[in-house]
Amino acid sequence: MLRPRSSTCSKQSVCYDPATKPNPGGVAVILVVVEHDRGALSPASLEALTAARSLGDIEALTIGESADHLADQLGAYGALTVHQAHNEMLGDYGPEAWGEVVAQTVRALSPAIVLACGTDRGNEVIAQAAARLDLPFAANCVSFRPDAGFEVTRLRWGGSLLENASLAAEIKLVTIAHHAVDAEPATVQGSATPAPFAGSLDSSLARSIVSGRVERQAGVTLSTAPVVVGGGRGVGSPEGFGPLQELAAELGGVVWCSRAVTNSGWRNHTDQVGQTGTRIAPDVYFACGISGAIQHWVGAMASKNIIAINTDREANMVTKAGYAVIGDLHQVVPAITAEIRRRRT
Amino acid sequence: MRVLVCVKRVPAPGARINITADGQEIDSAHLAFTISPHEECAVEAAAQLVEQHGGEATVLTLGPAEAEEQLRYAVSVGMTGAVLLPTDDGEWDPQRTAHAISSAIKELESSGGEFDLILFGNESADSGGFQVGVRVAYALGRPMVNGGKALSIVDRVAHVERESDSGRETYELPLPCVIGVKEGINLPRYPTMKGRLASKKADVNSIVPVGQPGGLWKIVLQRPAETKSETIILGTGPDAAAAVVDVLEAIGVL
Repeated sequence: MLRPRSSTCSKQSVCYDPATKPNPGGVAVILVVVEHDRGALSPASLEALTAARSLGDIEALTIGESADHLADQLGAYGALTVHQAHNEMLGDYGPEAWGEVVAQTVRALSPAIVLACGTDRGNEVIAQAAARLDLPFAANCVSFRPDAGFEVTRLRWGGSLLENASLAAEIKLVTIAHHAVDAEPATVQGSATPAPFAGSLDSSLARSIVSGRVERQAGVTLSTAPVVVGGGRGVGSPEGFGPLQELAAELGGVVWCSRAVTNSGWRNHTDQVGQTGTRIAPDVYFACGISGAIQHWVGAMASKNIIAINTDREANMVTKAGYAVIGDLHQVVPAITAEIRRRRT
Repeated sequence: MRVLVCVKRVPAPGARINITADGQEIDSAHLAFTISPHEECAVEAAAQLVEQHGGEATVLTLGPAEAEEQLRYAVSVGMTGAVLLPTDDGEWDPQRTAHAISSAIKELESSGGEFDLILFGNESADSGGFQVGVRVAYALGRPMVNGGKALSIVDRVAHVERESDSGRETYELPLPCVIGVKEGINLPRYPTMKGRLASKKADVNSIVPVGQPGGLWKIVLQRPAETKSETIILGTGPDAAAAVVDVLEAIGVL
């Protein structure tokens, strides 16, 4: 339980200065749960703030002191207040501790909607809060209709299907699908009022806090890389991935592979990107020898540009991509890498 | 060591997913069914843990009577027991499902002893609710992390790794605990002949599921709008490289 700050609010687990308390008769309060990694803001949270602006007044929640410095940035994206949860247990991420902080903040504020971005962490934290509050939770929504009994449209099958659903609860817990909206700063630039609160969390919540890390040496991951080079069945062999790796390295990107590839033993299964739910959005996605089964397509369709390389002009990926090269990826990919190097020298 | 794996029976769709006329379900008339992919990896993880540490691994599902097919498949790849929570009224919402599963787990534990580890998939392939495992863990008062891409048990502590934007995070959860795993944590094995025979003979324990409907109600399913784009063919074979790099320059990634 978060400890009350003063005796005047002893019934509440979270306590606020009266100045920052929401007006109960006013506009709907949207509580946006901000995702960050030891103070580094996840850009996905800016998508959540952007989506929340059309729903009501935004109050953001940051968890852990390391995120206090984000208040100005959150204000630029429309947050009026930033509730800042402080506790020595919150130095790093832990799904249960974060979920408990969200649940307690929700109990104290009674927002109309609780919203986060549908990243792995976002969905996990809201699910934890939903369990604690015994409230329904709609994950990976792409639209909200607050007037129509709060209907949402949400992703199923990683986006291959959409579901219209109604969310019947006093407080709506939702995540917005990653890449469903582009993050845009608020047109009216405001500054967010920080509202720090101290608290104590039950020590049992420490059981699921991050205990260690292996930092990646190169700075890019599938979700942050500007370029992703994907290989499918058409790559044909483990060695076939060498040129893909070279092209990715040349552009500061990463390689991903389909399940068909790991099932064939061409790549280690740890390099596999699942067929369920992973969505990438790089500046450029090279789809090499990938036919474009529906789950793969929905995972890649948010890419800003897709260049398909395939021998089959009629392949699904070729007909859906913005650009295509018809040919054998084993010849085309090294030629592209060589051309890049030639222009750079 | 006692392990429980919770799985879901889902259709295995091809290049296109069709919906029934009433918009309530996937048209599965011509589709095979399978275990949701993350959960197939959870079954494999359970099989490996029992091979290393001894003990037993039980597979559990909530779904139609036909889901027995998925339970028997799981037995054929190493599970030692199977539990079905039969439903005959379509899809259950996440809160109701979680309540039924946590109640069934309490019942199984009261007779057979505590499960040291309960595994889920990160999310189900079809409904993608991202919450049943979390709700079950909370109802049982056990720690939980989702998204596991590596899992080992040492001295009754579950070591879990998962991917983050900056690399890999590790978690150390004391048993008993609940872990959601992601595809890619392992490569699920195929059934052996011996496994197939065992799966035919296996007893499937049935528990009547209990749970009131929750607050997320499906209204209708729809297919996303087709994105029809004009594909610009940049060329044929390696000669197209210059045109490709022109595009990269125009985009600004060079």
